[in-house]
Amino acid sequence: MIALLALFPFSGAESWIVNIGIFTLMYAVLGSAWNLIGGYTGYVSLGSVAFFGLGAYGLALTFQHIGIGNGFLPFALVPLIGIAVAIISLPIGWIAFRTRGLPFIIVTISLVIILQYMALNLTDVTGGAPGLQVPQAPFPPGTYEEYFYWAMLVVFAVTLLACAYVRRSRLGLMMFAVREDEDKARGLGVATSVPKYAAFAGCAAFSAMAGAVWAYYLSTVYPQFAFDGEFLAMGIILVAYLGGIGTLWGPFVGALILTPAQQYFAYSLGGSQLYLIAYAAVFIVVMLFLPRGVMTTFADRALRRSRRRKQVVEELATAESESPRDAPSPVVAR
Amino acid sequence: MHLLVQAIILGVLTGGLYALMTSGLTLTFGTMRIINMAQGVFVVCGAYIAFTLFNYLHIDPFLSILVSTPLLFAIGFTLQTFLLKPIRHDAHRLSLLMTWAMAIGLEGILSFIFGTDFRGILTTYQNSSWTIAGYEIPVVRALAFALSVAILVGMYLLLTRTKFGRSVRAVSQRESAAKLLGVNTDRTAALAFGLGAATAGAAGAMFGLVSSFDPASHYDLIGRLLAICVIGGLGSNAGAIAGAVILALSESVVQAEFSPAWSSVPFYVLLIIVLIARPQGLFGVRTRGAI
Repeated sequence: MIALLALFPFSGAESWIVNIGIFTLMYAVLGSAWNLIGGYTGYVSLGSVAFFGLGAYGLALTFQHIGIGNGFLPFALVPLIGIAVAIISLPIGWIAFRTRGLPFIIVTISLVIILQYMALNLTDVTGGAPGLQVPQAPFPPGTYEEYFYWAMLVVFAVTLLACAYVRRSRLGLMMFAVREDEDKARGLGVATSVPKYAAFAGCAAFSAMAGAVWAYYLSTVYPQFAFDGEFLAMGIILVAYLGGIGTLWGPFVGALILTPAQQYFAYSLGGSQLYLIAYAAVFIVVMLFLPRGVMTTFADRALRRSRRRKQVVEELATAESESPRDAPSPVVAR
Repeated sequence: MHLLVQAIILGVLTGGLYALMTSGLTLTFGTMRIINMAQGVFVVCGAYIAFTLFNYLHIDPFLSILVSTPLLFAIGFTLQTFLLKPIRHDAHRLSLLMTWAMAIGLEGILSFIFGTDFRGILTTYQNSSWTIAGYEIPVVRALAFALSVAILVGMYLLLTRTKFGRSVRAVSQRESAAKLLGVNTDRTAALAFGLGAATAGAAGAMFGLVSSFDPASHYDLIGRLLAICVIGGLGSNAGAIAGAVILALSESVVQAEFSPAWSSVPFYVLLIIVLIARPQGLFGVRTRGAI
């Protein structure tokens, strides 16, 4: 699947389509990263976008203070930014994990607001409202998008691999235990803070990596975009819900559906007014008709179908066994 | 010293208004266990209703509360019936996105009708103030404070003295038990959501008087209202009032003594301190699985 995605730019796609591809992958990374904390561990966090913004600012600040050129070297910096932001996220997590459930959601919203506020007001560091400039990458104009597409794809692949690994590991089991009932899990001897912090820091790391690539691609960072509480923060969760929270590929499927739709609305409706209404309508349709997500709904349907088939086979078997011909031998069909 | 006292007076007066806005949030949280992300946009709706009535029909913004309150009640009731009731099987998680969809949808509708320019309601008494013992008390803020307190008292009486109030309290204590005892929980939830929106409508008309607004103002507002809820303790009415006054007070004092750009900082610092020292909020109660 990843290999298929890697070949996508070679299909002769126009650069604006590749642009949508980058955007889709960004949402897929953010949705998958959110899935760690929101889907597996059950802590609905709106903080992903805060770490996305920290990653974006991290890259821009590195450019400002350490000249690292503008070729491929910044891409090598992306994992380092991910690790740095993960470390920053630990004390934040310590404060946020004082709460649970709905207060936790509000605390993570406050985190985004505080960071947006700091980005606006610490003008010496962050450049205030106009933000920071990142030197543009010296890639040829025709294939400019493709490098970023592949970079985002690598980030997505790493995120997905990490998620797949977590799902099979002991850590994943601990996360699921916390999601189902944190108190019972702790009562049974699960060190509940380990999966919580791991999920929070993992979410922070992958979100920051997406933010760093995105900042280099746009070659600018400003508070409204980096800490966008209005579209990005909720969009991430919608992507996860649309695909099916807690599933491995769900966020990707959600991003694949939502992002092109979003870009289409933005393109065809222009201005913010009708776009906002259309975007709200998408939210409402998903919540009303697909609240459990595409992946989960189809998985359930497939399961039900296979069960029904099994049932029919069993019924036939019992019917046969009850036919007079076989009467003497009692066959238990099961 | 004079400046400080002046700032405190302004802060307390503004705090009353925030308390009114937050009370609606507390009510919907109490009855439905959801965070209503649309509360901010309901306030902005109220402000636009007052703006329209004042500019085209020359109705005083304080009188327009009589229009905005029932109108917002109807909007809230309708939205709850058509959008929140269908998802109540998993309201705890889905309502966050659903109410957010309401918020951006209403924001879109408002900017469609009114455009995205900043608006203000400019009454003749806009800048007049009473001077008491050397301190300026702006008429608009004083009236807004008095009216907010009156509505809050009315809400308190409604919740403690009427049959509707009893069913609201029953549902917020335990929904299944209330249902068993014959409380129509769906109707109670719809009425409570409508009532929450109605308080926002009343507060919105006054919000339009004390500050300028645009359709996107709700984003800033809801952030503050939610932080107020957490600092006071989610679901606690006394906490909402205390949180609102702390927010407005700290903002107004920093604005007067230091700089307007940093006015929100102490509140958020306090929020972090409260979370570390007392995660359930100042007036919150620690319950299993909630905090």
